[in-house]
Amino acid sequence: MAETSYIDRDTEREETFSRRAFIIGAVQGGLLALLCGRLVWLQVSQGTRYKTLAEENRINVKIIAPSRGQIVDRFGVPLAVNNQNFRALIVPEQTENLEKSLRTLSGYIDLPEKNVKKLLRQAKQSRSFVPLEINDRLTWDEVAKIEVNLPDLPGVSIDEGEIRNYPFGEATAHIIGYVGRVAKSDQTEEDPLLTLHGFRVGKGGLEKVLDKDLRGTAGSSEMEVNVVGREVRELKQTPTMSGRRVTLSLDAELQRYTQNRMAESISASAVIMDAVTGAVYALASYPSFDPNHFTRGIPAEKWEELLADPTFPLTNKALAGQYPPGSTFKMVTALAGLEQGTINAHNTAFCPGHYTYGDTKFHCWKHAGHGTMNVIGALRESCDTYFYKMSTDVGIDRIAVMARRLGLGDKTGFELTEERPGLMPDQKWKRDKLSQSWHPGETIVCSIGQGYIQTTPLQLAVMTARLVNGGHAVVPWIVGKVGDHPEHQQTWPSLGLNPKNLALVKQGMDEVVDHKRGTAHASQIEIEGMKMGGKTGTAQVKRITKQERALGIKNETLPWRFRHHALFVGYAPIENPRYVCSVVVEHGGGGSSAAAPIARDLLRMTQQRNPAATPLKVES
Amino acid sequence: MSEPIRISHIPPIVQKFIALNWGLVFLIVLLACTGFLALYSAAGGQLDPWASRQITRFCIGVLGMVIIAVIDIRVWYRLAYPIYAAGFVSLVVVEIFGHIGMGAQRWINLGFIQIQPSEFMKIAVIMALAKYFHAAAPEDMRSVRFLLPAGLLIVAPIILVLLQPNLGMAVMTGAGGAAMLFLAGAPLIWFIGGGAAVVAAIPLIWSFMHDYQKRRVMTFLNPESDPLGAGYNIIQSKIALGSGGISGKGFLNGTQSHLNFLPEKQTDFIFTLWAEEWGLMGGTALILLIALILMYCMWIAFRCRHAFGRLLAYGLMINFSLYIFINVAMVMGLIPVVGIPFPLLSYGGTSMLAALVGFGLILSCSIHRDAKLPRM
Repeated sequence: MAETSYIDRDTEREETFSRRAFIIGAVQGGLLALLCGRLVWLQVSQGTRYKTLAEENRINVKIIAPSRGQIVDRFGVPLAVNNQNFRALIVPEQTENLEKSLRTLSGYIDLPEKNVKKLLRQAKQSRSFVPLEINDRLTWDEVAKIEVNLPDLPGVSIDEGEIRNYPFGEATAHIIGYVGRVAKSDQTEEDPLLTLHGFRVGKGGLEKVLDKDLRGTAGSSEMEVNVVGREVRELKQTPTMSGRRVTLSLDAELQRYTQNRMAESISASAVIMDAVTGAVYALASYPSFDPNHFTRGIPAEKWEELLADPTFPLTNKALAGQYPPGSTFKMVTALAGLEQGTINAHNTAFCPGHYTYGDTKFHCWKHAGHGTMNVIGALRESCDTYFYKMSTDVGIDRIAVMARRLGLGDKTGFELTEERPGLMPDQKWKRDKLSQSWHPGETIVCSIGQGYIQTTPLQLAVMTARLVNGGHAVVPWIVGKVGDHPEHQQTWPSLGLNPKNLALVKQGMDEVVDHKRGTAHASQIEIEGMKMGGKTGTAQVKRITKQERALGIKNETLPWRFRHHALFVGYAPIENPRYVCSVVVEHGGGGSSAAAPIARDLLRMTQQRNPAATPLKVES
Repeated sequence: MSEPIRISHIPPIVQKFIALNWGLVFLIVLLACTGFLALYSAAGGQLDPWASRQITRFCIGVLGMVIIAVIDIRVWYRLAYPIYAAGFVSLVVVEIFGHIGMGAQRWINLGFIQIQPSEFMKIAVIMALAKYFHAAAPEDMRSVRFLLPAGLLIVAPIILVLLQPNLGMAVMTGAGGAAMLFLAGAPLIWFIGGGAAVVAAIPLIWSFMHDYQKRRVMTFLNPESDPLGAGYNIIQSKIALGSGGISGKGFLNGTQSHLNFLPEKQTDFIFTLWAEEWGLMGGTALILLIALILMYCMWIAFRCRHAFGRLLAYGLMINFSLYIFINVAMVMGLIPVVGIPFPLLSYGGTSMLAALVGFGLILSCSIHRDAKLPRM
């Protein structure tokens, strides 16, 4: 009985166990199935998402900077190049003792104690495999010393980079510009290079205008990194694409000559361009600055000094300086009158030394008067009265239209964006801007290039070119080729001016230099076949009043900033002119004394070098 | 009622060796080999520092397992309470003298090996409960007076483990003990009531919790809320698993583990490493292998002719499976990070030894399934 009860009880317990064990087993099976399901969810349904996340974890894309494109002149002379730049780096974890290594290194290169301290501080703050920069501009000598002694310098390495260099320095600074660190305002596009530490972008001149062409395309190196950012290996490399080479129409030697020629002035600018094609051979603004100071970052005090300088060394005055054209404007007035029919080759005007309009007396620069003048004589001797008289008949609006046809009053379309438009007033302009009606007296003032009129040296060069090239609407340009792609046209449409009228004006200009009574006769080029023509201009900055004149105040005795601007526009040779030139000497006095001699030297040198004879050099 | 202990037949040691359940031994070796491969990969394709030591320990451990297996089950029956007592004392010892390891006192240093007594205590609890319920009559199982000492056997070590504090281990000890009560036939209403009580207690516990503890729970529920802090491990583990895809990244090619994005890859997150490199196929194969081992153990338990063996084998099987469930669910982001290793895969002496001791006892149940054990 007892035995059976045991068996029964055993059976009962075993059944309970089996039942419950089965339940537990089923639960376990369910849990295992749940885990498998979760694995499927993670690895299949969410697999793509997690794969992306894993790749983001492990891949660090390093951007490699391309070489910046060179800028060369028309003969292939480099104006902006990349020089090798050597940096010394040290990886703390590869040294036995960082401080000892640095002390050893200071025996070979200039490494001040405070830099050692700074490096040791940096080392504490960064991971030991991150290279520290010891020196970012090693000399060749230092590079050689480090290379020779590398076995004694564990962890030290030399890193080669590029730094922009401008061989012509100050002479081309305003055209080429310079490069500098990427500022927030530069980050308008999605170029990964802009985020690269130490990357330089164009900050002025053509470096800025052509930045996208010069910059090139970033390469990249995909590095596999571990959780602390150490690079494990390179997975993929995309090569960089160097920036494009830019060939300018410029003649670098002529540019340097031009810059130097102006050095006797306090502040001056000049443009030499091709009257036929529009190619700019030289475009100089004095004083200048050395762009090489900017590539590494200019010291603050030096920058302040440049900004405060009253001669504006940072401004390219050849295209951003706006001056009253003075008598150089007389060709515009003359041509407007000739085209209108107000004057012709034969009619004359008498100059008693002044002209009275209403109750206002307008003086000619020659107080004794020129006597009887025709249009050629009036240009040759720069007789103000002749133009005063005809201007009211022509009217400001026709003069303004002619000025614009000849390239004044608006930007010429030159590549450098700093270019200013100048100002060519007319009746509408005055109504719109000043809400006043135009006064005929103002036309008289404008007829000799004073008053509201503002022009840039570049515009004056364009005006001269259009006058002497047979009336073609030439536009100045300096970027000849980007890569091997030509950027500019060489022939220009006709302005539709009467060739006879153009010839009259040109003859007047010829005689300015060639005729013994011409205002610039002293500045003629006495080489056969290289003679120049042109027009002087003296632009009043501050009117000298009657009272002042009575007190004996002359232009020369005024403070510099109130003296007249000296201008000259010229061309050469006289037969079939090829080169035109404009010179503005700020507060330089008379056009014939201060500007014409410079123009003479420039046109002589230009003709001797004759850059127009050599086509743009394409990359070798 | 008592019957003298009658030993009908003592098989020679060689016979026992032959009688060893070689199928189960094979599965265990297979699981361990999986671990060696994973550790070899974790070290970047090197035996050092983990795989070689793990192999050595496994060889010693397997020897121990076989020895435990051939020792007569009645010896283990007799030693159940003394072993429990010894385990309890060692837990007290770590509480008082234990070394500081991972911020909690868990280790006893025996010179050649650091032992975590709580790992072995779980086995001791199961053994003691198996012995306690071995001769229990069905009506005993409904008596509170009878079940109270069993409850104490479970609760006492849990309190000590919680003091360490080691929440994961405490949960496992509790779950193992509860499973034993369930298998032995304790009334179902207790489990239902207990479960309901736990659910009801959650808001109460929440209100008593410190802010940092609440934050930890919140981080578990939404690890992305703290991607660089507490949520980091689990996010990286999920990325590693997910990026493995169906076929995996290939042996030695797990980027998350080799580039150290995956923390603790050789210990708690070894399953992640495995599934990153071998993908869904490798991961499910490993889970299948675990399922086979569990079923094998169940089969051994069912074939056992005595309650002690049945309860012991089944209890140890549950204990083993709890490691797996908690570890794998943790690395998959299903439960909070609690620091439970994957037995035989994770690098570490104690967990491997504990697992092999457990399998040794299960094998002993298999060899001695016909042994006659005393009844009360």
